[in-house]
Amino acid sequence: METERIDAAPAPEDRADLDPAERGDSPIEAAALTGITVTPGLRPLAAPEHREAVARERRAEARPARREPRPPASGSGLGDRLFDTVTAAFAGLILVILAGLLLILVLQAREAIQHFGLGFLTGQTWDVNTNLFGAAPAIEGTLYTSLLALLLATPVGLMVSMFLTEMAPRSIRASLGFVVELLAAVPSIVYGLWALIVLVPLVRDYIQPPLLDHFGATPFFSGYPLGLGVFTAALILSIMILPTVASISRDVMLAVPNSQRDAMLALGATRWETTWKAVIPYARSGIVGAVVLALGRAVGETMAVQMVIGNTYAANWSVFNTGTTLPATIVTQFPEATTPLHEASLIELALILMVVTLILNAVARLLVWRMTTKAVA
Amino acid sequence: MLKGYLARKWTNLIGNGLALLCVIAAIIPLGAMLFYVLQQGGSSLDLNFFTQLPKPEGETGGGMAGDILGTLLLIGLASCIGLPIGILGGIYLARSSNLGFSRMVRFVTDVIAGTPSIVAGVVAYALVVIPTGTFSAKAGAVALGILMFPTVTRATEETIKLVPPSIREAALALGVPEWKAMVRVILPAATNGIVTAIMLGIARVAGETAPLYLTVLGSSTFPNTLNGPIGALPVEIWHYAQSPYPDLHRQAWAGAFVLFSIIVILNLAARVLTFRLSNRVSAG
Amino acid sequence: MGEAVKSDEVSAWYSKKLAVRDVSLEMKPNKVTALIGPSGCGKSTFIRCINRMHEVIPGARVGGDMWVGERNVYDRGIDPVKVRAQIGMVFQRPNPFPTMSIYDNVAAGPRLNGRVKKKVDLDALVETSLRRGALWDEVKDRLKEPATGLSGGQQQRLCIARALAMEPGVILLDEPTSALDPIASYKIEELLSDLKDEYTVVIVTHNMQQAARVADFTAFMLAGDDYVGELIEYGETSQIFNTPKDKRTEDYITGRFG
Repeated sequence: METERIDAAPAPEDRADLDPAERGDSPIEAAALTGITVTPGLRPLAAPEHREAVARERRAEARPARREPRPPASGSGLGDRLFDTVTAAFAGLILVILAGLLLILVLQAREAIQHFGLGFLTGQTWDVNTNLFGAAPAIEGTLYTSLLALLLATPVGLMVSMFLTEMAPRSIRASLGFVVELLAAVPSIVYGLWALIVLVPLVRDYIQPPLLDHFGATPFFSGYPLGLGVFTAALILSIMILPTVASISRDVMLAVPNSQRDAMLALGATRWETTWKAVIPYARSGIVGAVVLALGRAVGETMAVQMVIGNTYAANWSVFNTGTTLPATIVTQFPEATTPLHEASLIELALILMVVTLILNAVARLLVWRMTTKAVA
Repeated sequence: MLKGYLARKWTNLIGNGLALLCVIAAIIPLGAMLFYVLQQGGSSLDLNFFTQLPKPEGETGGGMAGDILGTLLLIGLASCIGLPIGILGGIYLARSSNLGFSRMVRFVTDVIAGTPSIVAGVVAYALVVIPTGTFSAKAGAVALGILMFPTVTRATEETIKLVPPSIREAALALGVPEWKAMVRVILPAATNGIVTAIMLGIARVAGETAPLYLTVLGSSTFPNTLNGPIGALPVEIWHYAQSPYPDLHRQAWAGAFVLFSIIVILNLAARVLTFRLSNRVSAG
Repeated sequence: MGEAVKSDEVSAWYSKKLAVRDVSLEMKPNKVTALIGPSGCGKSTFIRCINRMHEVIPGARVGGDMWVGERNVYDRGIDPVKVRAQIGMVFQRPNPFPTMSIYDNVAAGPRLNGRVKKKVDLDALVETSLRRGALWDEVKDRLKEPATGLSGGQQQRLCIARALAMEPGVILLDEPTSALDPIASYKIEELLSDLKDEYTVVIVTHNMQQAARVADFTAFMLAGDDYVGELIEYGETSQIFNTPKDKRTEDYITGRFG
């Protein structure tokens, strides 16, 4: 049957293929106009052949429309186009900024890059007098302190996030979560001040001596307990990145659909088992992302580390020794950089730092994105 | 089976206990730090702190008035860079779907957000201090602006997306062009969220030390020029922390207290506003 | 005062997917025309083609002609924004602007379009619109209060008043009462009968009784197995409900599906 055209009178032959029982007016009451009562079954159903015919008609290949679609309105007015251009330009500026950051670093470090080449990465000395600079101790120090901090912060942070999402009573969840996020926002200098004045003496007097007594033979704990050094730096760093681990892991675990937990619980699992067998595996990539992000943060931390690490340009296995990291070296020496090569070398340190953090952040974001979009899908 | 069940029950209990232990283990150092900051800092605050300039080492009665003003100046200048990029960029992202360009912008924004602040300081040094030959508030503003905008961008995008699409529909159906609908209807509905975004952006940069040390260096006078070194609160705290004088240590705690309070107040206010925003827009 | 609306083989796409095909329908001036049909039949999509709201969706396209009064709103060079300013629309869920007062909501259209400048004129326009929207008596003492403080039914009447403030020739309502309770719905249905004196009213509804109550003309739409909506039958309401010409119309009306 054709679609009705408003100007065409309904042709009698349109109803030729109807079941005879259905030709003619339907017995719906005129009174039904004011309060139509839909009474299914009032009328006999159409004969099967008829229904088949109608279905066949409808199943005909999807017919195209008679008219072509019009092109989208080019008449987005001047106001719209201007607005879109301006906002897009600022968004594009963001891409330019990243490129600019890298470009400027490379440009300013070129003297050092050209002078030292790849040897810069392995060079052990940093001598201002002979103009010989090598980044290895700083790189090693950065990696060592950050990984140590990660070692401490990850299990504790994960437990905290578990507590926040699965175990804490509902009433305190929001406020506790807020406190954790707040701690991630406390500036490095505040952590550093406390570490320098409170933590260093504490470590020196109460924590390092027993460690020295028991483990002094190992390369990790040899040397003098000074308080200052890699140990304290790693400690304050782990305290600083713990909120990051906890809050991102929490976000990731909250994104796990409740249906997953319910399924486990319905099988008779305890809360602990549910968390470990249902939530964490599901959130695995996001949690790894959180850890990588925390590592990125640890690598870039400047002030707290610089204040307690002792700032000696050397790297070794003992955590009691003083040392340095990439950011600590930069901030200690920068405004007093003597020669252009000195300054360029410091900037090359910043370039290395930038590249490392960039990779860590890119990997972390990919992992967290993947997990949160998977949960939504 | 009873043994297995009991073992699992105990594991659950121990596991929960372990988690609680970790929470406590986390709270202790953080709590201790908070305690010190509040106690040492709070008791060290006096009128001098807010009104006096630093006195020569050894003398008491000095303050960080110049540094406080310097920090305020830097935040203001940094906002001139960070807020336009953040808000306009956020508006663009809120209106676009996750296609090539906008996807890249979102990704890059997050990557820049994780950039170490000292790197921003080095870049600002190269961009401003080297050509102009001097440390300055302008250089500091550039460094802080770079650090500020990613926070503002993401927060702005999220808050605009929270405005229900029916509002935009209603405006468009009245014959209002898209840009006007955004500026006159949607953004006003998202005001709370945008204020939140701004506050979070400021909180992000208020305590930054390293990039400022590289760009404004520090000073013991009131900020009186955009083209020379000025003092900033975090940098002064750092200097005093490294000095041997107890009075300067005391002032450092006071400074930490002020910084910490600013951060807490901004974050709290942002939370409260966000809470109110979601209630307002979804009501009715 | 109401304008005639006539669609001529109007089709609508969502990106590549055809959603509505060749709808040719005449909505007579100063009458209420109802679009009925089961979910997914394209009636909401079609009504949005009237005031060019369909193309607001990214990738959405329209084909065919839509005549409002003497003009084809899809002609080249016609600004869709202006079209929407001359046709009013009310949505399924009341959507007053949450940060504006009752007064500001009604005044929003004329203000944003720069139509009315003087306060005294604006006051008069707001009052007229609220009266026509059957809301004036309930809110006249609290015009400055937030619009979100009104009940659902009041909010919807506010949205109607907001649309009327633009003094359109046509008002489109997309299932305006489906989110409301029966009493609020009834009030709006009463309002619609009054509105047709001044405006042409087109209403989408999934409630057949409502169509039977308020509409002068009714159009029945249906999507086939290819999920493309088409106009099946159209005519005076009494004819459609009493003597439907098409079997599918009759099936729908008697509740065999939908």
